[in-house]
Amino acid sequence: MKKHVEFKNHQREIFHFQLRLVVSIGFVLLLLAILLVRLIYLQAVRHNYYQTLAESNRIAIVPIVPNRGLILDRNGVVLARNYSGYTLEINRNKTIDLEATINELSTLVEVTPKDRKRFKKLLAESRDFQTLVIRSRLSDEEVARFAAQQYRFPAVEIKARLFRDYPFGEKTAHLIGYIGRINETDEALLEEGGLAANYRGSDYIGKTGLEQSYESDLHGTTGIEQVEVDAGGRAVRMLSHTAPVSGNTLVLSMDAKLQEIAEQSFGNYRGALVAIDPNNGEVLAFVSKPGYDPNPFIDGIDTQSWDELNNSPDVPLNNRALRGQYPPGSTIKPFMALAGLNFNTRKPEQTISDPGVYYLPGSSRQYRDWKAGGHGSVNMFKAIQMSCDIYFYGLATELGIDNIFDYLSRFGFGKKTGIDLEGESSGLLPSQEWKMKRYQQIWYPGDTVSVGIGQGYSLVTPLQLAFATATLANNGVAFKPHLVKEVQSPRSSENRFIAKEPLYDLNIGPKDLDLVSRAMVAVTQPGGTAVYASLGTPYHIAGKTGTAQVIAMKQGEKYDEKAVDERHRDHAWFIAFAPAEEPRIALAVLAENGGHGGSTAAPIARKVMDYYLLGKIPKPLPDVKEKEGIEHD
Amino acid sequence: MTRRQLWQRFIAHLDRPLLLGIALLLLTSLLVLYSADNASWGQPLRQMLNIVVALTCMWLIANLPLHYLMRTAVPIYVLGMVLLVGVALFGEISHGARRWLNLGVMNLQPSELMKIGVPLMMAWYFEKHEATLTLKNYFIASLLLIMPIALIARQPDLGTSLLILASGFYVLFLAGLSWRVMGVLLVAAIASAPVMWSMLHEYQRHRILMLFDPSQDALGNGYHTIQATIAVGSGGILGKGYLNGTQTHLDFLPERTTDFIFAVYSEEFGLLGSLMLLALYSFVIWRGFVITGNASTYFTRLMAGSITLTFATYAFVNLSMVSGILPVVGVPLPLISYGGTSMLTLLLGFGMLMSIETHKKLVKT
Repeated sequence: MKKHVEFKNHQREIFHFQLRLVVSIGFVLLLLAILLVRLIYLQAVRHNYYQTLAESNRIAIVPIVPNRGLILDRNGVVLARNYSGYTLEINRNKTIDLEATINELSTLVEVTPKDRKRFKKLLAESRDFQTLVIRSRLSDEEVARFAAQQYRFPAVEIKARLFRDYPFGEKTAHLIGYIGRINETDEALLEEGGLAANYRGSDYIGKTGLEQSYESDLHGTTGIEQVEVDAGGRAVRMLSHTAPVSGNTLVLSMDAKLQEIAEQSFGNYRGALVAIDPNNGEVLAFVSKPGYDPNPFIDGIDTQSWDELNNSPDVPLNNRALRGQYPPGSTIKPFMALAGLNFNTRKPEQTISDPGVYYLPGSSRQYRDWKAGGHGSVNMFKAIQMSCDIYFYGLATELGIDNIFDYLSRFGFGKKTGIDLEGESSGLLPSQEWKMKRYQQIWYPGDTVSVGIGQGYSLVTPLQLAFATATLANNGVAFKPHLVKEVQSPRSSENRFIAKEPLYDLNIGPKDLDLVSRAMVAVTQPGGTAVYASLGTPYHIAGKTGTAQVIAMKQGEKYDEKAVDERHRDHAWFIAFAPAEEPRIALAVLAENGGHGGSTAAPIARKVMDYYLLGKIPKPLPDVKEKEGIEHD
Repeated sequence: MTRRQLWQRFIAHLDRPLLLGIALLLLTSLLVLYSADNASWGQPLRQMLNIVVALTCMWLIANLPLHYLMRTAVPIYVLGMVLLVGVALFGEISHGARRWLNLGVMNLQPSELMKIGVPLMMAWYFEKHEATLTLKNYFIASLLLIMPIALIARQPDLGTSLLILASGFYVLFLAGLSWRVMGVLLVAAIASAPVMWSMLHEYQRHRILMLFDPSQDALGNGYHTIQATIAVGSGGILGKGYLNGTQTHLDFLPERTTDFIFAVYSEEFGLLGSLMLLALYSFVIWRGFVITGNASTYFTRLMAGSITLTFATYAFVNLSMVSGILPVVGVPLPLISYGGTSMLTLLLGFGMLMSIETHKKLVKT
């Protein structure tokens, strides 16, 4: 590079430097302008936005979970309650090795294999940020032992919580139901219903039974505490406090003692019983046997116990009263008789001769009476009293399926009763239209014959039959069955009664009603099919037995109870209301594989009515010996 | 000498307008530190000690005649280089970076020394070759700049190396580096950006990326930027009031007594306060430029200009970082942030400015 020497020119150099200085000043001014614009943007233009961010930074909204409402029976007996207790909970986010933590915990606090299984299931179902319960209901000693060692378990904490408890356990499981942890499905539903805000902080929601159907009443309103928090999430001071409002208390129309007696009266039988006050639709007892203990479901049942319940041949989880569908059998006969009177198909005094077999005109197919040789000459009264099949075969044929469908659906057959429980089955009241739709087949006259004695396609739930019986008992005035009598709010001014308005009046002629009701009383009198049901009662019971076939009999085959496997035996029905003259209770009893309504179902009904009407607590009844022919249906 | 004369002697080399600006900024520092330290006297008192030490050093430098100052250039630079090499070989590792040298009695951060040392050395070099400046001289001056920067960038301390690069560049610029060369350098810088990017550490890249979208990592690298921006923005026009900043007092602001102290200030004093602070800085910078304009020698002009521009750059980089214009580079807010070293470096610089202003009559020929 060639060396270029420049001599100093002072003036020129000063000028150059000053030019550079001016450029520098311009540069600084530019930086200043950038800062000004930015600060004005942040502090003036976008101030509100950042203000909101700063507020949400500092204010934490802490939900205060309300106490869940209690459930009481009609006399104030507690059926679902809350009690405070301690749980041991693991924060899964802070825990690296869950297994090791649990193992270490088990040296201090008992952790059973069941607890572990339950925890695993919970872990699979839960989301990331939740704390999971490893043990609940700690004893005071366990709490003390853990508290002393807590420093070893940074991710484990003891929490005081309110627990739900169902003191009656399996006796009320099918109507009270249970609550359980809120899962993702529940969450989506809450979100959809716009309820997510009120469930902030809530861990539980009603899953079945009344706990589910009255969830909005029982849950209550979540309180809010606004606290100022620092960056570490520690509350610095409270800004505002809105107290939670406890859930409403449900007062049931059910009578816990009656329920208990009904439950016990089943003995070893599976089945269902629904008892209703016909004057207002209040459900007095609601039994599905066997029940199950709802308490383990609250914090998630372990897989083993769940499998046991779910795979049991007794299907304890099935709510038979609400969802069990059975052929009504002969219990349909009083309603069929009313249909015949309504359409003037049969006069009450009109008699038919019962040779024990019925033939459709022009057919050789035999429709047999349950009693070999028949009942001889039979009118409507006798037909109900003795449960004469031949009479009702003929009546059904003469009525025709369309009239049967029309009339029976007035009593609620084939329809949901609308009781305050979810998941009700609607049974099945067959019609021509239904058969075409279901089987693409026309209706045959033989189908009608079976419907006449409550067999064939017909299916009812115990609840439906109890509702129909109650409507009959109340002279055709129907009330919607309901388990909850009153919803009591913490503010007593907001208490509300479940409506007592009748649904409708079937306007049945008083003479028709009188005939059927007298015939039903005769059922429980000597000569009837359930004579033992009312032996020695000071009141009259109007009843009707029924048998629901479990397996179909071939033509000409004779049903022999002793030869049939126990679980294939017929189901026994009994419907009744009492006192017959001024009914206060109407019920339907189903004893699965009970055989005969008169001998197995009727005694259960009798005990329930004795307690309800007389306050009589049943002694273990002497074994009722069957008398062939009279007890048989 | 009378007491009055003594006083006159004492303040003879202090530039009053500059001193006024500095004093106001230092008072602001104590005020904000009290709030940032959650209304405690701990950090404000220690800062006061830093200020006293630094002001004393400033007074000493201000009284140092310029030819003595020039003589310190080479020793300081050489010492700085030796220490930087020492750091690279034996330095203490803290927070993943090797920046400190443990001298037994104290920890020394040699890169701080070079903030003064580099421009001083370059200005001295230009002064020496003033009469016969060629492109070669600019090249050698650039080498004087690049050697320490390379060592500092390796530590790694990107922020400091960039700031020293800026202060050195200002010397080159004021010394008359031709526009064409600067243009070429700019093009070269842009062209080498991808290479530079690949040489950056992961965390440095993150900081730059965070700038474009801090919400991507709101609890990680973006946290500082987001919380600082929220603090500034929520301050509004008038601010939340002294000691009432929620971001500050509820611990949401990180490093609020050091790098992010401006967020504390503007949260509590709002846009109005921010403008006043900018005005104070502008006043100090303006005074620096006046001194530069008045400076009588080549060396003093370069030195004064570089000190003034570097001070402006520090303030701008910190304020932009806190308000989310620039990535988080770890530059304190000059004269306000808590910290002894930066206070000392800055006031040493201002001491030189005062010396340049008050000794010029003696030098002028």
